[in-house]
Amino acid sequence: MTTTAPEVPSAPDREPATGRAPRILKRRKRVGAKARSGILLGYLILIGLALIYIYPFLISIAGSFKTDAEATQSGLSLIPETITFAAYERLFTREPFALWAGNSMLVAVCVTIGRVLFDSMAGYALSRLRFRGRTIIFAAFIAVLSVPGVVLLIPRFLILSELGLYDTYGGMIIPLLSTAAGVFIMKQFFDSISESIEEAAKIDGAGTFRRFWSVVLPMATPALVTIFILSFQGSWNELGHFIVARQSPELNTLTVGVAQLVSGQLGAGNQYPLQLAAAVLMSIPVVVLFFIFQRRIMNTTAGAEKG
Amino acid sequence: MSAPRATARPRRGGGIRRGEARAGYLFIAPAVIIAAVFLLIPIALAFWVSLSDWNGFQSPLNERVNFVGADNYAAITTEDTLQQRNFGRAVRNNLYYVLLVVPLQTALALFLAVQVNRAVLRGRGFFRTAFYFPSVTSSVAIVIVFQFLFLGTGAINQILAAFGAQGPNWLNDSRGLLHILFGAFGADSAPSALADGGMLGISWWDWLAGPSVAMTVLIILAIFTTSGTFMLLFLAALQNIGSEIDEAALMDGAGPWRKFFSITLPMLRPTLFTVLTLGLIGSWQVFDQIYVLGGGASILTPAYLLYETSFNELQWGQGAAIAFILFVFIIVLTLLQRWILRERSPKKRGYAQRAASRNLTEGGVR
Repeated sequence: MTTTAPEVPSAPDREPATGRAPRILKRRKRVGAKARSGILLGYLILIGLALIYIYPFLISIAGSFKTDAEATQSGLSLIPETITFAAYERLFTREPFALWAGNSMLVAVCVTIGRVLFDSMAGYALSRLRFRGRTIIFAAFIAVLSVPGVVLLIPRFLILSELGLYDTYGGMIIPLLSTAAGVFIMKQFFDSISESIEEAAKIDGAGTFRRFWSVVLPMATPALVTIFILSFQGSWNELGHFIVARQSPELNTLTVGVAQLVSGQLGAGNQYPLQLAAAVLMSIPVVVLFFIFQRRIMNTTAGAEKG
Repeated sequence: MSAPRATARPRRGGGIRRGEARAGYLFIAPAVIIAAVFLLIPIALAFWVSLSDWNGFQSPLNERVNFVGADNYAAITTEDTLQQRNFGRAVRNNLYYVLLVVPLQTALALFLAVQVNRAVLRGRGFFRTAFYFPSVTSSVAIVIVFQFLFLGTGAINQILAAFGAQGPNWLNDSRGLLHILFGAFGADSAPSALADGGMLGISWWDWLAGPSVAMTVLIILAIFTTSGTFMLLFLAALQNIGSEIDEAALMDGAGPWRKFFSITLPMLRPTLFTVLTLGLIGSWQVFDQIYVLGGGASILTPAYLLYETSFNELQWGQGAAIAFILFVFIIVLTLLQRWILRERSPKKRGYAQRAASRNLTEGGVR
């Protein structure tokens, strides 16, 4: 039903760009050739845009294999005249890149596990379990949602110092272990699925925790994957919190360490291949994650497709 | 469906819900404790710091820290100090940033979403991936890429040179765009009317500087990275509209423009509101990019200024004061925008329209 009908009308979609919309409206029957060229133009625009979005990353990868001089002088070319791995070598021999990566991984894994667990528990409690103060707590989470992140820089530093957690892994990880947004997503999800299976387990005499663990969580996989992706990506890419939560170089994450490379605090201000190599390497885990869950990312954020 | 409902009826005291409240508190405890200890209490602590003369030494709660009232707030807003000028500059920079980023990223995201939503488009998956891709990686990596692209001898200037234009030394160029434009018309310096008065220690002439060339790079960066995310939001909404309404509009003889402005756009209103609000909130929080680039007057933003004032200059009270001004400002903006968007179209009309189009659709499908 929908396959042929929209094809004809959507052809003139792009036509207005050429300023000929009114004429086409009147003589839709006769615009076969024009519609065709319209489609072509539409593709050209999209391909051009896609190039603009992708090309910067391609030249960055290429740049990371160039010599310092070549990268500075001919940044546009995709193929290095002389391919060198010097930047990558230097990252692993002279810069503590491996240490930063290890710290980033440790933090991201802990934060992800914590959020998946705590956010789903809280979301479940807010959606299903009846206890006094539930409505108020939910309202408080909604209010917390609107607290802007950068406003927390100073407060986070203050509390970590007060608690003696400043400059420790604990201070880097614990504050990130749960987010209001995650709790909200999980609550919405539990609201949307039927209670009947849980009720069955309840009648069979399973306790709340048992029910949560072996009945509810497996059913919540789609939402948990969303939390998983958001948490890993978020904590891997996090910069602000790690700036204010630590100062020792041994606790540098990739974001902090590489940011120092760029701003020249580690004496590498103008070595573009080195910076580009760092940018390429630090992006790999999130890019891999993105491609694994691509379908899901495009759809969960985009809601269920019709049909 | 109805049977389990019935068993759930007897709420309290019944055997089946025994211990539920305790489980509820247990389940919600971790999230509540983390939010309280690392969000609410710290914000209260920072509010105290913004009213105190704490200098970063020992705990802000120790006895030698004094209450100074609104002194810190006055120092950045009303007194003629360096801090005030920095704050004014940061606000101005961010204001131009917001004015350009929010409309452009929203329009671009909507444009991309409409394009990749077309049923006839081949390679839709590829295009969606391409446009979303910049949103995946960290701001640190993106800044590195942009810094490289916008070098004096970088890719962008090479492209410009191919068209015979000479590009500026982007990130090191602190001239305001509007000042450059005025200069082209011969107005190089401030007319006295604009030079004398001012706000937040910045003369009116400097308020009219426009975004600096360096800031323009960050504006492009923001549009580049966020348009893909917002495209997905629009895409979801477009898919919910479905093709039936499109067809119905076609039957009624609506052209593509008419269809977009009279049907698609009104139906996207809730999403449009979400995107504008998220964009507005996000663009007043520019921090990462500035930090990676090492700060500098031409790209200073309130978010970065509050960090620098506290952590580098150790003026903790003033830094916290900036944070709270920013906090209140962002919240007010959110509420204001929500209110404005609500007022414009009365609910009744919206519903009526939606109902009408629904009828139209069903008729059309049959």
